[in-house]
Amino acid sequence: MRAILIFLAMVFSLAIGSVAVAQDGPLRLRITDGVIEPMPFAIPAFQAESAAAGQLAGDISRVVAADLTGTGLFREISPDAFISTVSNFASPVQYADWKAINAQALITGAVNADGQGNITVKFRVYDVFSGAELGKGLQFAGTAQGWRRMAHKVADEVYSRITGEGKYFDSRVVFVSETGPKNDRKKRLGIMDYDGANVQYLTDSSAIVLAPRFSPDGNQVLYTSYETGFPRIYVLDVNNVGRRAIDLPSGTMSFAPRFAPDGQTAVFSLTTGGNTDLYTVNLASGALTRLTSAPSIETAPSYSPDGSRIVFESDRSGNQQLYVMPAGGGDATRISFGAGRYGTPVWSPRGDLVAFTKQNRGRFHIGVMRLDGSEERLLTASFLDEGPTWSPNGRVIMFTRETQGAQGAPSLYSVDISGRNLKPIRTDGGASDPSWSPLQR
Amino acid sequence: MNRLKIAVLIGAAFALGACTNAGRFDNSDGFGADGAGGAGFDVGSAQDPNSPAYFSQTIGDRVLFLVDQSSLTPEAQSVLAGQAAWLANNPEFTAVIEGHADEQGTREYNLALGARRANAVQEYLVSQGVAATRLRTLTFGKERPLEICSDESCYAKNRRAVTVIAAGGTS
Repeated sequence: MRAILIFLAMVFSLAIGSVAVAQDGPLRLRITDGVIEPMPFAIPAFQAESAAAGQLAGDISRVVAADLTGTGLFREISPDAFISTVSNFASPVQYADWKAINAQALITGAVNADGQGNITVKFRVYDVFSGAELGKGLQFAGTAQGWRRMAHKVADEVYSRITGEGKYFDSRVVFVSETGPKNDRKKRLGIMDYDGANVQYLTDSSAIVLAPRFSPDGNQVLYTSYETGFPRIYVLDVNNVGRRAIDLPSGTMSFAPRFAPDGQTAVFSLTTGGNTDLYTVNLASGALTRLTSAPSIETAPSYSPDGSRIVFESDRSGNQQLYVMPAGGGDATRISFGAGRYGTPVWSPRGDLVAFTKQNRGRFHIGVMRLDGSEERLLTASFLDEGPTWSPNGRVIMFTRETQGAQGAPSLYSVDISGRNLKPIRTDGGASDPSWSPLQR
Repeated sequence: MNRLKIAVLIGAAFALGACTNAGRFDNSDGFGADGAGGAGFDVGSAQDPNSPAYFSQTIGDRVLFLVDQSSLTPEAQSVLAGQAAWLANNPEFTAVIEGHADEQGTREYNLALGARRANAVQEYLVSQGVAATRLRTLTFGKERPLEICSDESCYAKNRRAVTVIAAGGTS
């Protein structure tokens, strides 16, 4: 899986002028403007350039379409409405035919398979109303097994060119798979594509596992396990599924581990004598540093993208609130002041926002605020929403929603930071505690 | 300084606990020693006052907490006094104290809250003369509710600390 070698290549050289015009032209979707109408696009099934590519060509174009429509920003035009057919990737586009069905963007592509397990996928994006190509055609090469990743890469290019936002489809999510009754849940770590496909399990369900978090390179996961009967933090290699416990003083409990942006340090909660404080551990040397020393609960830490600060929750004021302190510890500044309790802060990858869980009047919300606590916005409301995680581009938040009652069960949802496009992520059985990976390389 | 305080408390409580425990368990004294008293119950059954089953069923192995609290109610303290007496009479047993929270809270906060509750029980037992080395605390947060409905009748039972008796060391 990791062996997939992907390289980008220009398929054709194009007139530079037309590219520039297209990029500055009308085909631009500014998410921050508050999109009301999704942009209509057409994506004819990708051409199979060899017999072995027949099935994959159609499958890849379906995943590209699903990625785009899944954002809530795009609407796919049914192929039944098409006037033109695209019989050859190199043929000129009949803009009038696409304009007539109101397709603002047209995506064409072709797939070649060598029958030895290697495939190439190439695509072009057209700005129909400008009558020009948007950006350059690109080609990805990889394995047939990794076809979904190549589809996500195509969709990422299209999304990024049209919205001007960073990419996020070619990413994964590590989460806790849950089965069994509420009072005897079986939990194991799972990893899947961001859209819920390609689930693999990283642990068995013999011990409770909680709250996994990716390393900055996406190759390792920190999590909490009850393997020894007591909660303890572990680091797991995603590729070979090897794991080791982080060595900590005996008689302590540990949980809530997160990687620092350097990938070498973890911040986490250590409980001793009933009191929970924040510590860091150097993952190579095991050196332990205490960051907080208070009788209150300090937990749920999250580093700023530059690694200089940590946002965390503490009940030092009497109930759960959010605080920011230097990454080495020291004076903490409270940033949450609204009604209710605030927990599980997560610093956005862009650095400008904190996502959090808020409890107020018996309801749970996922929300975002700026680092100084201003511009608080609640994005969701339900019986129990918790544990936000950011998409690599900082536009989408995934979280756990648990339903009420004896039959209550957790599942994963995502929502745009505008509060729009709330939707479930399909998983087999229950799922909780998602952590979104960085964009894959 | 905390440690010193606890040490002093332990010492004081040992002396105290020894008297009260002896009084409370006079009736069963000697049972474990020769087992020939002819009492009408099986050794180790819930009728055997020295059995873990008696501990959990008759003395009570759990105490309950108010929402987001870890302080011990008078009822809880009374149950824990009984637990301490049983532990004094049965020195071969150790205990793991499990702290739990209801589902109204975020996962990691509830782990910390459960740890606080377990610790409150441990400190009380130690204050009643139980050696700290025989006790270990464990938090389950909201991971292992006893009752599964989503209203206060269930939540009240889930906000608990359970003293689980085991033979041997706390490792």
